[in-house]
Amino acid sequence: MTSSTATAPALLARLGAFDWRRYIIYIGFVAVFLLFSILLRNDGFLSSGNLLNIGRQTATITVIAVAMTFVIASAEIDLSVGSVAGLASVCAAMAVAQWGLLAGIVAGLAVGALIGAINGGLVSVLQIPSFLVTLGMLGIASGVAMWITNSAPQPILSSTFNLVFGGGNLGPIPGLIVWSLLAVALGAVVLAKTRFGRQVLATGGNRTAAEFTGVNTRAIKFKVLLLSGTVAGLAGMLYAGRLETGRFQWGAGDELSAIAAVILGGTSLFGGSGSVVGTMFGALLIGLINNGLILAGLDTSQQQVVRGGIIILAVALARRK
Amino acid sequence: MTGFAVEMRGISKAFDTVTVLSEVDFAVRHGEVHALAGENGAGKSTLMKILQGIYELDSGTIEVDGRPVRLGSPQAARAAGIGMVFQEFSLVPTLTVAQNIFLGSEPRGRTGLIDDRAAERRSAEVFADMGVSVDPGRTVASLSTAYWQLTEIAKALAQDARVLIMDEPTASLAKHEADALFELIDRLKVRGIAVIYISHRMEEVYRIADRITVLRDGRWVLTESLAEITPPQIVEAIVGRRLEAQLTYTDRGDAGETLLEATGLRAGGRVRDVSFRLRAGEILGLAGLMGSGRTELARCLFGIDRLDAGEVRLRGTRVDLSSPGAAIAAGLALIPEDRREQGLVLDHSVRDNLLLPLLGRLRRGPVLSDAAGRRLSQELLERFSVKVADPARPVRLLSGGNQQKVVIAKWLGTDPDVLIMDEPTAGVDIGTKSEILDMIRGLADAGKGVLVISSELPELLAVSDRVLVLRDGTVHRELHRRDIPSEEALQLAVQGVS
Repeated sequence: MTSSTATAPALLARLGAFDWRRYIIYIGFVAVFLLFSILLRNDGFLSSGNLLNIGRQTATITVIAVAMTFVIASAEIDLSVGSVAGLASVCAAMAVAQWGLLAGIVAGLAVGALIGAINGGLVSVLQIPSFLVTLGMLGIASGVAMWITNSAPQPILSSTFNLVFGGGNLGPIPGLIVWSLLAVALGAVVLAKTRFGRQVLATGGNRTAAEFTGVNTRAIKFKVLLLSGTVAGLAGMLYAGRLETGRFQWGAGDELSAIAAVILGGTSLFGGSGSVVGTMFGALLIGLINNGLILAGLDTSQQQVVRGGIIILAVALARRK
Repeated sequence: MTGFAVEMRGISKAFDTVTVLSEVDFAVRHGEVHALAGENGAGKSTLMKILQGIYELDSGTIEVDGRPVRLGSPQAARAAGIGMVFQEFSLVPTLTVAQNIFLGSEPRGRTGLIDDRAAERRSAEVFADMGVSVDPGRTVASLSTAYWQLTEIAKALAQDARVLIMDEPTASLAKHEADALFELIDRLKVRGIAVIYISHRMEEVYRIADRITVLRDGRWVLTESLAEITPPQIVEAIVGRRLEAQLTYTDRGDAGETLLEATGLRAGGRVRDVSFRLRAGEILGLAGLMGSGRTELARCLFGIDRLDAGEVRLRGTRVDLSSPGAAIAAGLALIPEDRREQGLVLDHSVRDNLLLPLLGRLRRGPVLSDAAGRRLSQELLERFSVKVADPARPVRLLSGGNQQKVVIAKWLGTDPDVLIMDEPTAGVDIGTKSEILDMIRGLADAGKGVLVISSELPELLAVSDRVLVLRDGTVHRELHRRDIPSEEALQLAVQGVS
């Protein structure tokens, strides 16, 4: 056999060994993007205004989903993030009205952190499954938000607050996109490059082995839920700032979009592996599909059907083994 | 002479390139209790898994009641009349005894719905045949473990099993429960049911079995009537002539000062009163039967289970054993019994596994340095000659032996003073085994204290300077290596005979 014929099969073998499932989210993102670029070229899909719009609309979900990546990678779940965002938005709005800008920011973050700490405490100390704890908290947080506001919207008159949290722009880039890129960059580094991130993955991959290796897995579970609550509080303020109002409905249902984004991004639902950048593309893919379907003139009911189908298909393709 | 209930001939089986069974013959008569003996790794459980249809054989034939069968699946084996009484019980605790017995083959009424009452009636009949009284309507969770086992047996009999496989059936039973089980086995024999009985306990084998087959290193060694073989002959057949070189003990001279001192340890029900000393540069072997408290002792020494009483001192300072993290900080390390469940994150890379206890050392500011991680993991892999093509690949792709070396290397990176190794060579091939034993000797030579827990006596004898024999949660004997004349002598001490 000559050397030239030997390298060809070797190259083929290497191509065959290429694990395309790991990159399915990027492949899917590019494929859907190209598809829409062709099909919707006359509907303004590729206009910079529309593309920025997609970024803006997915920004809040992206921020929530970055923290959700940590939660799911540690083999837990947080269903309360959407209603925590709503509660944080009204608390921030009320505190701004009462005591001013700084108090508003502190209130929004503190509410998220408090709920995150309660979730984390119940899961790590009392060992109650996070699914149940956060399902209960979903109801509690949104109930409290309705209660303290009598279900009324809370207008925010501080233009600085609105400008910082999602209303303003940084040069040509909408502030919301800046926030989400910041969250992704920070999250990606922490998950992949810090001791905490490594311990999160080890806890999710094999809790016993992590425990036997000296990882305090309870502390890890507490911290990821604390993080997730705090970030949900931030997301609530982004809603409040952009819409210049705090309202209990803000964020409702975001937990499902965030979980879908995380799973689409290649994080294992059973924990142990996760990619924050993948999560961002997962969120963008969902935003892309939403946007394309609207431009294509589908009505809301049809959009939901198509979106659901695409998500199931993508996850099925990305499944290992 | 009655015919054979099961006859396995020329059975061979290899996993990848490792041969675990080669040309094994094994036959059980109707109404016979046939003991199957051999060390861990001798091939007993592989042979039984083939009989249960869990593994497919590479070559050989199996006949059940004189008819050739292909046992391609557990269902096929069950249909052929092979029943297994699992060591880890395979019952659903929330269902009733009757529902468990008929799980998957529920009797149905005329309407096509499940008839629970018929199931209970038929279960009661099975129990009556067995001569035991169990209420089939109770949930399994509300019964003691002895009854779980009876339910397992009833389940097999209800499926018309003609051959029952029992793997260490008395491990979780009290004395009187074990006696009741033996009486039950005697009754089953009379009904022509064949029992394959796997046990490490010699007295039980003599009490209950008619014949014995011994396997060693995947090969058939002997099949003999128990009336015609003595315990020392059996032990010799199990042990065989060793590959002497790697299993020979060399006296490493006297050890240094006392490193670890444990006094009056008590934890849970299994560790009742354990005291010992471990010197620097010493290898202390820990022998004992299953259930003697070996593993539980290791767990509480490493802060996994809480101590109820007693204290541990390292170089005279009391050690905080409130968590594994605290134990690691004090200078202890545990190579756990089950590397897949407790030692490794299987889906993570070799490198990530190696570095997990060492992350603190890789920090450059808030982030971990990849370059330092690569260097450190490479250094560990080379120092312990772990053969890994690419440390970025998942550790699950490695052979068992190499996985075990990764677990050990991971701990040596933390440079502990005392290593506790629970079954360090379980499930690794013979070559790797001798490498691991050399590793252990090397660690002791470097001044570390090593506590080796093993159910493989030859291995203990090959490395230990002293051996503690644990029995019922206490130190039953303490033997200096030079006072142990042979493996048989240690075996007898472990069995509690001497």
